[in-house]
Amino acid sequence: MATLKELSKQNELLTGGHRLCSGCGIPPIVRLVLRAANGPVVATTATGCLEVGTTIYPYTAWRIPWIHSAFENAAATISGIETAYKALKKKGKLPGGDKDIKFIAFGGDGGTYDIGLQALSGALERGHNFLYVCYDNGAYMNTGIQRSSATPFFSNTTTSPAGDVIPGKQEWRKDLTRIVAAHNIPYAAQASPHNWADLSKKAEKALKIQGPTFMNVMSPCPLGWYTKPEDSIKWAKLSVDTCYWPLYEVEDGILKITYRPKEKKPLEEWLKPQGRFKHLLKPENRNLLDKFQARVDLEWQRLLDLDGKRI
Amino acid sequence: MAITMTKGQAGLTGNSAIAYAMKQINPDVCPAYPITPSTAVIEEFASYVADGAVSTELITVESEHSAMSACIGAAAAGARVMTATSSQGLALMWEMLYIASGMRLPIILTDVNRALSAPINIHCDHSDSMGARDSGWIQLYSETVQEAYDNLIQAVRIAEDESVQLPVMVCLDGFITSHAIENITLLSDEEVQGFVGEYNAKTTLLDTDHPVTMGAMSLPENYIDFKFQQSQAIARSRETVLKVAEDFGKRFGRKYGLFETYRLEDADIAIVILNSAAGTTKVAVDELRKKGLKVGVLRPRLFRPFPFKELAEALKDKKAIAVLDRADSMNGFGGPVFNEIRSALYDAEKRPKVVSRIYGLGGRDYKVKDAIAVFDELKAIAETGRVETLQKYITL
Ligand SMILES: Cc1ncc(C[n+]2csc(CCOP(=O)(O)OP(=O)(O)O)c2C)c(N)n1
Ligand code: SF4
Ligand SMILES: [Mg+2]
Repeated sequence: MATLKELSKQNELLTGGHRLCSGCGIPPIVRLVLRAANGPVVATTATGCLEVGTTIYPYTAWRIPWIHSAFENAAATISGIETAYKALKKKGKLPGGDKDIKFIAFGGDGGTYDIGLQALSGALERGHNFLYVCYDNGAYMNTGIQRSSATPFFSNTTTSPAGDVIPGKQEWRKDLTRIVAAHNIPYAAQASPHNWADLSKKAEKALKIQGPTFMNVMSPCPLGWYTKPEDSIKWAKLSVDTCYWPLYEVEDGILKITYRPKEKKPLEEWLKPQGRFKHLLKPENRNLLDKFQARVDLEWQRLLDLDGKRI
Repeated sequence: MAITMTKGQAGLTGNSAIAYAMKQINPDVCPAYPITPSTAVIEEFASYVADGAVSTELITVESEHSAMSACIGAAAAGARVMTATSSQGLALMWEMLYIASGMRLPIILTDVNRALSAPINIHCDHSDSMGARDSGWIQLYSETVQEAYDNLIQAVRIAEDESVQLPVMVCLDGFITSHAIENITLLSDEEVQGFVGEYNAKTTLLDTDHPVTMGAMSLPENYIDFKFQQSQAIARSRETVLKVAEDFGKRFGRKYGLFETYRLEDADIAIVILNSAAGTTKVAVDELRKKGLKVGVLRPRLFRPFPFKELAEALKDKKAIAVLDRADSMNGFGGPVFNEIRSALYDAEKRPKVVSRIYGLGGRDYKVKDAIAVFDELKAIAETGRVETLQKYITL
């Protein structure tokens, strides 16, 4: 793997000047993944902040061939592109001659956990050679912070508002990484941009593997989390250190936790700075906070039980 | 699928003829999902793939939405792409149809026309493709198996023409044409290959040395300009359709135009009707002509772009016209074809009377007697100059 110094010398494949918010988690994720490709790469992006923020015509932040088609079909789009590559390669018709191209689909949690789940499942099952990267910021941010099935427990969103009677989102989040791993694809992982080395290593591994691979990446969103832009990486780190967002991978069916916090931090430390959880800190909502913590503990324990095992 | 051919002739269903044309075209990528009555197209093409008769990559997607999405991805990557569907399948693709045409991707789709649910019904009507008439796709309609086969081969050239660069939908009637066996004349593989030529996309995602951004967000400063260019392109395709048909006619002897007329020239009254039901109407015309009635048929082949000038020219001297639609624009001003034909005739000096008749929904039979009844009504309209019922359902 390249060192940070080497990485910093490479050309940015996603340039600056895009319109994503300052402090947004998406650009560092995309840059680290694209760098890991280390060669020709073609990408697609589902409708959402990344797409809108990088391509307002006539501008583009992409220095690689890139396409946006719709919200729910990034996996189907990349299936088509990757298959065209196979077909044209076979006929010796690749522009610029024969070459190895990597294919990457980026989607938000809405475009991946919810509306795009069918297309993703189909593409994984068919075994296309591509990496799917979900940047999970925990809501439909581009359209104004509506809840998704990835939204954390009790989170205040515009469609799961913390009201007088209902205190935010009532459902536990969908465990997409495990759902994806259940497709028995060669590689699935969870990562976070604060741990660039772990993220890069996973992306490199995923991109080297033949067949469908998947990465679910925690993506801080100052706008939707009601946090300060300069603190994003800190909150990404705390999501991992509280074990809300464990870093692990499933390679050829074997689950491996890739980072164990030396000291598991109380969930409250991660929730406290985020405006979306403000209501949880009221004394009368202590029980909700306890419930949230208990569920995080349970999920973490489940993962610990599986560490090193074939799942 | 082995096709038994005698002197270039074979007895084929519409679906087999479409699959065979696809085999001869040998597209790079075919994303496909089955639905009655177009399923056999996909099945037979899958056997061509399995037998190595084509070099196409088949993607057996998990839905029609993904089928069209994969078509878009593959076409954007420079592949020649084809698929087929019907009814609910086309409805599920609807979102993606606009993206395919908006991105100017020359995708070819066969729509085996079938009714839309509810109630669920697998039989023929044109609600599916009519629902997509504003999606920016060129639409070719086919009366017979032969025409469907010929249309599909021509569609490739139309779509890929440099001045067009748009997707094309070839429509044929579910069951009536898709499942009926007709003796048709097939071209040789070499003739088809020679006609469609090799496809080399100008801009492709796979040209990693020259990266392009496709599908960028466009604000009010330029969205309408893209749409204007797109509308110019589909308008231009009218010429391309004629040019391609002319070359097809020259090479293979079968002539096609924007529409077909049958005993129309000296007719006083006429029926305008799409696809297979035109055949039934022609039989009615022959019967009535024997009795000395001046009746005729006009069958549009190209519905998008709508050749309104030529259609108006062909119909302007008629006294009364019935436009028969196998789709209803629920409580709009008549059926979709009626609507446009009547509009096209608005500027005619002596405006013919034009009525709308909705027929044959969900596979209801349309018989010679139904056509004769419409002609009887038209005769009365022509004689009295009075229209009793402007729009109604027939074949009830
Ligand atoms: C079919 C369809 N439904 C709804 C929308 C509206 N829409 C666009 S982006 C978006 C939310 C995207 O959320 P996510 O995938 O989490 O990405 P983020 O905005 O957080 O980057 C929605 C609902 C759409 N474009 N298409
Ligand atoms: S709203 Fe959130 S996810 Fe979207 S660009 Fe801003 S910070 Fe990034
Ligand atoms: Mg999101």
